[in-house]
Amino acid sequence: MMASSTTDITAFLATQRDKTTLRFITCGSVDDGKSTLIGRLLHESKCIFDDQLQALEKDSKQYGTQGEKIDFALLVDGLQAEREQGITIDVAYRFFSTDKRKLIVADTPGHEQYTRNMATGASTAELAVILVDARKGVLTQTRRHSRIVAMMGVRHVVLAINKMDLVEFDQAVFERIDAEYRVFSTELGFASIHSIPLSALEGDNIVTHSARMSWYDGPPVIEYLNSVDTAPMSERRALRMPVQWVNRPDQHFRGFCGRIADGRVRAGDPVRVLPSGVLAHVKDIVVWGGAVERAAVGESVTLTLAEEVDVSRGDVIVAADAPPEVADQFECRLLWMSEQPLLPGRPYLLKLHNKEVTATISEIKYCEDINSGAHLAAKILALNEIAVVNLSLSQNVVFEPYAQSRTLGGFILIDKLSLETVGAGMIEFALRRAANIHWQALEINQQVRAAAKHQAARCVWFTGLSGAGKSTIANLLEKRLHAAGKHTYLLDGDNVRHGLNRDLGFTEADRVENIRRVAEVAKLMVDAGLIVLVSFISPYRSERRLARQLFAEGEFVEVFVDAALEVCERRDTKGLYAKARRGELKNFTGIDSAYEVPEAPEIHLLTGTADSVACVNAMMEQLAIR
Amino acid sequence: MTSYHINALSMLEAESIEIIREAVAAGRNPVMMYSIGKDSSVMLHLARKAFFPASPPFPLLHVDTTWKFRDMYAHRTRMVAESGMELIVHTNQDGLEARVNPFTHGSSFYTDVMKTQALTQALDAGEFDIVFGGARRDEEKSRAKERIFSFRAPGHRWEPKAQRPELWNLYNTRIKVGESIRVFPLSNWTELDIWQYIHQENIPIVPLYFAMVRPVVNRGGTWIMVDDERLPLAKGESPEMRLVRFRTLGCYPLSGAIESPATTLEEIIAETFNARSSERQGRLIDTDQPGSMEKKKQEGYF
Ligand SMILES: Nc1nc2c(ncn2[C@@H]2O[C@H](COP(=O)(O)OP(=O)(O)O)[C@@H](O)[C@H]2O)c(=O)[nH]1
Repeated sequence: MMASSTTDITAFLATQRDKTTLRFITCGSVDDGKSTLIGRLLHESKCIFDDQLQALEKDSKQYGTQGEKIDFALLVDGLQAEREQGITIDVAYRFFSTDKRKLIVADTPGHEQYTRNMATGASTAELAVILVDARKGVLTQTRRHSRIVAMMGVRHVVLAINKMDLVEFDQAVFERIDAEYRVFSTELGFASIHSIPLSALEGDNIVTHSARMSWYDGPPVIEYLNSVDTAPMSERRALRMPVQWVNRPDQHFRGFCGRIADGRVRAGDPVRVLPSGVLAHVKDIVVWGGAVERAAVGESVTLTLAEEVDVSRGDVIVAADAPPEVADQFECRLLWMSEQPLLPGRPYLLKLHNKEVTATISEIKYCEDINSGAHLAAKILALNEIAVVNLSLSQNVVFEPYAQSRTLGGFILIDKLSLETVGAGMIEFALRRAANIHWQALEINQQVRAAAKHQAARCVWFTGLSGAGKSTIANLLEKRLHAAGKHTYLLDGDNVRHGLNRDLGFTEADRVENIRRVAEVAKLMVDAGLIVLVSFISPYRSERRLARQLFAEGEFVEVFVDAALEVCERRDTKGLYAKARRGELKNFTGIDSAYEVPEAPEIHLLTGTADSVACVNAMMEQLAIR
Repeated sequence: MTSYHINALSMLEAESIEIIREAVAAGRNPVMMYSIGKDSSVMLHLARKAFFPASPPFPLLHVDTTWKFRDMYAHRTRMVAESGMELIVHTNQDGLEARVNPFTHGSSFYTDVMKTQALTQALDAGEFDIVFGGARRDEEKSRAKERIFSFRAPGHRWEPKAQRPELWNLYNTRIKVGESIRVFPLSNWTELDIWQYIHQENIPIVPLYFAMVRPVVNRGGTWIMVDDERLPLAKGESPEMRLVRFRTLGCYPLSGAIESPATTLEEIIAETFNARSSERQGRLIDTDQPGSMEKKKQEGYF
């Protein structure tokens, strides 16, 4: 693409900006053509410059295996020592891009003894390209590579059936290998498997459809990598942010830095700090030069909290209503990566997200044969062996099973003497649940109860003349809240006067006591985390003020249901006004008892003019309940 | 369920910030290599973002060969003032006294004395054991295998076999006395990412990256800028005025300019994307012997 004019460049920058990243790993046995394939991909996606191509041509003559032709494998063979041995022995990362994506390839060798490299490359990959030589089909190594990537949480596979040129581009060969692989890999539970027949050497099905394999109607490799959907990270999941660093430049600022491992966060969100379980609220999401409203999975952020709570590196800030577990004993998968064998009972350092603790393997349950998946008994674990073990830690850690979260479920083990990384583990589940420890550590209060109901507790107090429409609106509102999944209760004359307040009449003193009791009951219910709707005439300002004072700032919502006396009297649904006018009802509000109009209600509904549905809609808005 | 994709550049930024914070959290004695070039500029910017509103809790280190472009020194002064960070400048005094220069001693020896040895001296003097560097994996073949946290034995030696596996984003920052870690927060960035990010974030860079008519001489097919009177001219050789810019900056006698009309970031990006030769072409030290970058790395050069 030639980008020359300013508009071209702006458009180019816009497409670049919208690109996302796909990380994948390539695996295959020695000589399956992995290096050739990667070299091809780099070359075809125009990521190789002229001078590199010239150097490649020179190298091809000197070290290549293709005679006078360019040996693309040399593009990716790295260290000199390895080049001389003619093999690759480590994980290398390569970069290229398609029109929608930036691709990061972890290139790992196919040697038996390098399981650890493959696991390393797979740990950050979303997809694996598994190479098979069309002449050889699914080999023991193919099975091993598939098991390793599956274990590391890679869920998507491209089965690259290479060297089709050496089997006369035979469809039957392709189909046989594809079928065999699918049967074998069922137990590994990949989310998707896509097989592509290709010749890396000759460029078939790399960028364009190969004319020599017209029977294949799927996408070529680059097109597939450009479009495959690899179960993207979801922002609907609950917030998980391991605290990496406490930023404290002076006593006025205390920010908690970390990379969001899951979910999203907004200013004002209730959060919990684990393992302590303390509840707090996000004050600001601080970024360079200011603050943002929200942030989501993948981003590195700095959070400040509204409350003064204790937070340190290794803690995890999580969604208040969906905390993960906390435990100190686990069953996990372990890959051993050291020449020194793993010894049960020996203390190692364990690093899980930003937490370092001492860990010992209490039991090796069984070793897994990486080729067949068979379980074998084992006393120790040697280099490149994989086992299911029980792990015991010196203290509780916040975690999630690896299948759910790579960040909260993947750990490394470090030898305490050599300080080398000796093992990589994946938590399967907690053996002794300490899940509830943090619940005891924290006070069960209104916020906690309300958070469990996914709501903010409120007392919505309806006041107004008899017949103004309080009950109609309160009833309608309750239905709407219920439909929105909220937990509510409606207090009105009917359910209170007949029970709790049976002893009270309509004298001024009794009216005051009536309201006092109703307010106290509402307060208990709000404390229980409910949204309480109170529908009482409550004619006196002083009683309404008394009720208001029982609640915290913002918790009490006074709703003035306002209709003119004439309107109410004309409606007179219960015939009470008529009775009062006839003198059969004493102290009736509006007739022979005063109604003191609210001075500053949170919500003022004019029911004389608006219909009740519109009123309820307006209230849902105002109560910010969506 | 809505899917959420963070874009590639934001992902890189987040990853780099995570790396920088992790290295600092290791609780050692960190320092950030500051070479004044575009990668350093991006790395410095990321560090400032990582610790905002605080300043990054480490000093900058510039290994000064005394042969940098004058514009680079000016830019250094500006960025130090803007960031409020401490700057350590180190020059190999022995080399300076022996008048080691790129002309009479050859680029290989010069680089060893004025860069590799100088760096080692500065790190030893400051007892720094976490050293941030701006290298990227896409720059050169042997770097593709470099770890993000690259382990160095005593004496700063890089041993390919002693490198620790890096799984997930979990970095083992434990080391013994005398050992150190080079940390490369830009490992997964490409040259295009760097330019895009500079554009997006408005990061100040040395003017030499933009095309201007400059005095140059042709040395073996490469344009070398006559930045001061120290550049020896052959008999009859006189600088030509040409419209050039630099894709990488180092010591001026070793940095090749390219002829280019690109005077804005947008034009640089367009040119880079369409470029048919890699940025290292302008670096004269890469090709002087086979596997040369690997050898230098083993000796302690970045
Ligand atoms: N005929 C043929 N040969 C291939 C193909 N792909 C790779 N090769 C050759 O197979 C050999 C091993 O390839 P290489 O890429 O080094 O394999 P690696 O060990 O998996 O990286 C080399 O001689 C390649 O040229 C292909 O599609 N067809």
